[in-house]
Amino acid sequence: MKRFSWFNATSLTFGFAFLYLPMIILIIYSFNSSKLVTVWAGFSTRWYGELMQNEDMLDAAWATLKVAVFSSTLATILGTMAAYVLVRAGRFAGRTLFSGMIYAPLVMPEVITGLSLLLLFIGIGLDRGILTIVLAHTTFAMCYVSVVVSSRLTSFDRSLEEAALDLGCSPFEAFRLVTLPIIAPAVISGWLLAFTLSLDDLVIASFTTGPSATTLPIKIFSAVRLGVSPEINALSSIMIGLVTLGVISASLISKRAAVARAKDEQAAAGA
Amino acid sequence: MTQPAFSPWDDPAATPLIQFRNVTKRFGTFTAIEGLSLDIFEREFFALLGPSGCGKTTMMRMLAGFEDVTEGQILLNGQDIAPVPPNKRAVNMMFQSYALFPHLSVWDNIAFGLRRDRMRKDAVASRVDEMLRLTRLEKFANRKPHQISGGQRQRVALARSLAKAPKLLLLDEPLGALDKKLRQDTQFELMDIQETTGTTFVIVTHDQEEAMTVASRVAVMDEGKLMQVATPDQIYEAPNSVYVADFIGDVNIISGRASQSGDKVAIAWAEGEPQIQGTTSRQFAPGQTCHFAIRPEKVAISAQKPDAPNVLRGKVLDIAYLGNISTYHVELPTGTIIKAQTANTRRIARRSFTWEDPVWISFSDTAGVLLEH
Ligand SMILES: Nc1ncnc2c1ncn2[C@@H]1O[C@H](COP(=O)(O)OP(=O)(O)OP(=O)(O)O)[C@@H](O)[C@H]1O
Ligand SMILES: [Mg+2]
Repeated sequence: MKRFSWFNATSLTFGFAFLYLPMIILIIYSFNSSKLVTVWAGFSTRWYGELMQNEDMLDAAWATLKVAVFSSTLATILGTMAAYVLVRAGRFAGRTLFSGMIYAPLVMPEVITGLSLLLLFIGIGLDRGILTIVLAHTTFAMCYVSVVVSSRLTSFDRSLEEAALDLGCSPFEAFRLVTLPIIAPAVISGWLLAFTLSLDDLVIASFTTGPSATTLPIKIFSAVRLGVSPEINALSSIMIGLVTLGVISASLISKRAAVARAKDEQAAAGA
Repeated sequence: MTQPAFSPWDDPAATPLIQFRNVTKRFGTFTAIEGLSLDIFEREFFALLGPSGCGKTTMMRMLAGFEDVTEGQILLNGQDIAPVPPNKRAVNMMFQSYALFPHLSVWDNIAFGLRRDRMRKDAVASRVDEMLRLTRLEKFANRKPHQISGGQRQRVALARSLAKAPKLLLLDEPLGALDKKLRQDTQFELMDIQETTGTTFVIVTHDQEEAMTVASRVAVMDEGKLMQVATPDQIYEAPNSVYVADFIGDVNIISGRASQSGDKVAIAWAEGEPQIQGTTSRQFAPGQTCHFAIRPEKVAISAQKPDAPNVLRGKVLDIAYLGNISTYHVELPTGTIIKAQTANTRRIARRSFTWEDPVWISFSDTAGVLLEH
């Protein structure tokens, strides 16, 4: 039996080319020694060096990182709490409504999320800057975290928490000492997901930012309007690298946890 | 016996440790426990026996605090326990599913409850080591639960619940996954622990032999109701219903119409067969349906017609050889099958009858019990 027919090979090549060719070209050109973006003049890391000299860019990178760390951490805490309550609280009036409302921002157009947040911040008179971007990113990243965590919690054996209570834990201790360590892989991949989402968000950040704060995506977007520079290519390549790293580790963590869990369950079933 | 027997349930002045007062538990419209009242006394080893789904785990969970009582009350030391959360109850439970913490080693699993009590480090360590020795798990202390066998996991769960030496210990099928030898050893360990610590045990088991061995009293349940609560020998020798007689051990049931004079009852159970003579303290109306229950080991089997109050003839249908004893299935002329058990005091080749042999079965008039339902 032939594993790869010609047809399969061609579709695979075209599919992946379609997805990744632009990025590959971008990364290749970030190592171009010429100032002209479209003319290849040999390999060089010059633009990465210049990028390191560019105060503006470094400031933006620093702001982006701060926003990403704070918002993903906040989103992870809130998202985990929301998931825990929705999975554990059993049936209460309006439960379906609540879970629907948590997941709604997943499908909400970003423009609308951004606009409504902007109106809110203006309404309550909050100065726009890093803080408002953090809040905005927390809002939309938290739904992703709660989806990831609640799918783990639904398969979590409730009797483990009961055993912890039985042995003298308060409900909070039971969560901290038993539930949290067991669902930790899901929480961490939720955090990484939130982190990457925040890192590359342009739309919501543009709505909620002020003159004092510029994130990298905003910086890149405005710089590109004046013409693509090799420096931007270098910066984008770094971001691609970071995001790839985040997504790969998130999926590796949840995959390894799933394998370990399957092993546990198999062992339990064999009892 | 020189020392007075332990039987607080017969003492009207004794105050029970646990009181179920008319407890009903519903899950939605399904009634799992119905109007159940029960007293369990301190230092008891109380066994719950019943078919799957009859509500044994539910009773345990109500005691541990994981299920609310729908109606009625449960009192612990005279106090209603409904408002007390599970972590504040001096009750530990061994879960039927073990519920071991997968992220902790065997050692840490057992230490978990002790650490919650802010116990000193060395005290925790010595207690855990003691528990490991007791359950013979010393070699596995550093393994995670998924790295040990099912029986070992069960022992970890047992050790974890024993570690805190609670006032009341609930064991939900604690020994089901152990082999016979280890199970017997652990049963004796449990009885030992019970004697030295004075802990009250409530144990669920599917193994009636286990209930008989360890329990001070046994409760037989069916569909959320208690059928009988009594000492193991009472349950075995004097069941109060056909259900209990049938559930505990092997039994022959012969149903017929009673005619009573004094404590003697004659049961007409089949045309052309002699009436069965029994003894009872109950009252049966003339012609009332009654059930005569007799254990196989109380039925004798012989080749010659013996002299006994009850003698019936039949032929050997089947022989179940169990090593130390044999059970003969004897078919009477009516088609009824009666089981008779004898100890195999002779070598198997020398037994006096075999398949299809005509035999006599006999029993005394006090060997069986008469039941109304
Ligand atoms: N949370 C629940 N919701 C609905 N029904 C339940 C729930 N828990 C138990 N039941 C039902 O209550 C009845 C008693 O359950 P329980 O677990 O007490 O049985 P059990 O006697 O322990 O059985 P087993 O010997 O199989 O462990 C069962 O019919 C079960 O289906
Ligand atoms: Mg059960």
